[in-house]
Amino acid sequence: MPNFYTDNPDLKFHMNHPLMKKIVALKERNFADKVKYDYAPVDFEDTMDSYERVLDVVGEICGDIIAPNAEDIDEEGPEVRDNRVKYARGTEINLEAIRKAGLMGITLPRKYGGLNFSIVPYTMVADMVSRADAAFVNIWGLQDCAETIHEFASEKQKDRYLPRFCQGETGSMALTEPDAGSDLQSVQLKATYDKEKDQWYLNGVKRFITNGDGDISLVLARSEEGTKDGRGLSMFIYDNKKYHITKVRRIEHKLGIIGSPTCELVYRNTPAELVGSRRMGLIRYVMSLMNGARLGIAAQSVGIAEAAYREALAFAKEREQFGKPIIHFPAVYEMLSVMKSKLDASRSLLYETARFVDMYKAWFHISKERSLEKEERQEMKKYQQLAEAYTPLAKGLASEICNRIAYDALQIHGGSGFMKDYPIERIYRDARITSIYEGTTQLQVVAAIAGIARGTLLKQIREYEETKVKPELHTYRRMLVSMTEEFEHASGKVHETENKEFIDFHARRLVEMAGNIIMGYLLLLDTNRESRFWKSLEVFVRNARAENRERAEFIMISSINDLGRFKQEEH
Amino acid sequence: MEIIILMSVVPDTSVKIKLTADGLPDMKEIPWIINPWDELALTRALELKEDPGNTVNKVTLLHVGPSTHGQVLRKAMAMGADEAVRIEATPRDSYETAYHIVAFLQERAFDLVLAGIESSDYNGAAVGGLVAGMLDIPSVSAVTGIQTEGDKLHVVRETDGGRETLRMPLPLLAVVQKGIAKEPRMPSMRGLMMARKKNIHVIEPGAVDSLTEYARFELPPPKPPCHMVDATNPGELLELLENESKVIHLS
Repeated sequence: MPNFYTDNPDLKFHMNHPLMKKIVALKERNFADKVKYDYAPVDFEDTMDSYERVLDVVGEICGDIIAPNAEDIDEEGPEVRDNRVKYARGTEINLEAIRKAGLMGITLPRKYGGLNFSIVPYTMVADMVSRADAAFVNIWGLQDCAETIHEFASEKQKDRYLPRFCQGETGSMALTEPDAGSDLQSVQLKATYDKEKDQWYLNGVKRFITNGDGDISLVLARSEEGTKDGRGLSMFIYDNKKYHITKVRRIEHKLGIIGSPTCELVYRNTPAELVGSRRMGLIRYVMSLMNGARLGIAAQSVGIAEAAYREALAFAKEREQFGKPIIHFPAVYEMLSVMKSKLDASRSLLYETARFVDMYKAWFHISKERSLEKEERQEMKKYQQLAEAYTPLAKGLASEICNRIAYDALQIHGGSGFMKDYPIERIYRDARITSIYEGTTQLQVVAAIAGIARGTLLKQIREYEETKVKPELHTYRRMLVSMTEEFEHASGKVHETENKEFIDFHARRLVEMAGNIIMGYLLLLDTNRESRFWKSLEVFVRNARAENRERAEFIMISSINDLGRFKQEEH
Repeated sequence: MEIIILMSVVPDTSVKIKLTADGLPDMKEIPWIINPWDELALTRALELKEDPGNTVNKVTLLHVGPSTHGQVLRKAMAMGADEAVRIEATPRDSYETAYHIVAFLQERAFDLVLAGIESSDYNGAAVGGLVAGMLDIPSVSAVTGIQTEGDKLHVVRETDGGRETLRMPLPLLAVVQKGIAKEPRMPSMRGLMMARKKNIHVIEPGAVDSLTEYARFELPPPKPPCHMVDATNPGELLELLENESKVIHLS
């Protein structure tokens, strides 16, 4: 198969965004590591070149190893043997390849054995691996746990655990339970402290835990007896490689991402270590963990959408009906162009978000090393707000777009797509989870509407609006300006009621409207940098304008009194 | 002992080459890779270097090609090679390539030279043999295994229905084929970054004229459309095989 990096010039395009210069300078602390590590970059160009070389190899691994294994892994799946997870054979081969290549823990500092990669290239790896096999990316991507340990654990814990991630050990985040899914405040797993032994122990059950038998696990548990809400929860590290005593009771039989084992785990006097402060487990650490994971799912969504679009395009060119390839029929070429425009738009949103997260995280880590100047603090704050507003937006929108693209890609295949003969059948199944896990779209909307209420998104839209673009793009900018007016009008109407239920009722419509405007602007700016996004811009903004109008129309004629019409009677 | 790998850089094998308006292969925006056979040769050389049971202590890459191939060389360095030499030339045929390699090797000492059996772009399968001939050193072709034994080499070749092992003196040029290493080694991420700082020596080429000249390139004819036969209808398949493709005779 082709190299998944070099066959997709969009990746390199996003890699070369102007903001990368600043991100790299912050992340590399002005290249201070070059005197200590012979593999540390010496300047910006050197860093970008390193990113490029690494992405090229990842692209090769994706094309040559991971993608060809995907079908067998989907067929075989993992299994439980003696209360342990046994991966499918292809998963083992994939893991071996990425371990040998040194692709685990790449965002961690060099002193732990990492490559100190910024979030943008890390996200790009996730994008490519997801295109190759959406199930495998979960196992690889759980190195997000390492980021959380890096942010909040003690120096001793960091020294002990982080190098292990870099050597290729896998992670898991054990959050959800049978009665605590979206509502993590009701987590019951009990953490008790044995004073004599100076040791925490975990007891209870976790459910739906991706890669639950991974080597190093972050566990959310109730450390404060008698509490019922999120303030009684703390975060723990459980060393599964060392103790090996949580039991995998079963793994779920799933619709998609079959290669990724989803475990039910039983903890019985399982020793664990507290991370950070007690009671901060959910409020602080899980939120950070989830934000990282959400960006990961946004990347997974874009990668799956890429795979689906490519399958559809190839099929439509080859498949002949009524004497010509079906790509020549308006019904098909329209679908394909809309898919492509949405794919480009969601990828652009993904990397914009990754850059915001990068800027924020870089300042966050610097702030722990020294106190920040006033302007630096302001910049950190700005990017923190943007990262918080964009992460749920990217996860919510990219996953929905991914599902839509997978749906249309299968549709283009007709009956053949419904059969196991073509990869699209698996891709379609794999797509479905993206809008569910790490918070459903409905929950992303709850987080994203806050970004609208606080004005963060609108402020950023204004910034896009003021960016100078080439004259030929002015028509599209005018369209986006008028879409923004329409959005402000609709949002104003909803928010001025100050009725929470009414705001929640329209939240998704508003978030999608804002998302369409933001993605429209991002494509406009992409086209300003490189003209090959022109077609996607044209198609995307045309569709987005119509979609937003429909939503605005719905909002403008609705009132609080309408809510009753939508409620299902309880029997 | 030093092993020199003759490394060719070729278009990614998944890329479909198009012809330009004047009928030449269009090499614009082509992703380049290490020639797959050379990649296996390098992998085997590195395995030998890492195996304490022999005296291989250095692996050097030798490439004839333009600076645009530099990144591919760097990747090969990241796999673990110690040194790389690039002869700055764009050869027009195998003879020219061999000429540059020989000119370089004549000026230095070497023990073992490995060359992939062919390059996946032009499939010339000539450089290895030419170099050995021009240097007047022994060579073995279609090698699938190499082991060192003191200052001699055990070289394994697949023959029709079996295999033979030759004991060869050094210096030697071995033309290797698939099987010489199990699968190509993956460059490590850290290796990639360090490779930037490893030295790639660039050498100016001597003057040489090619012996051959390309008159014309042609693309293979497009594949005929695929005829799908329903699985429940073997009769139709037989009918087509007999009367349309004329590959079987039933009556």
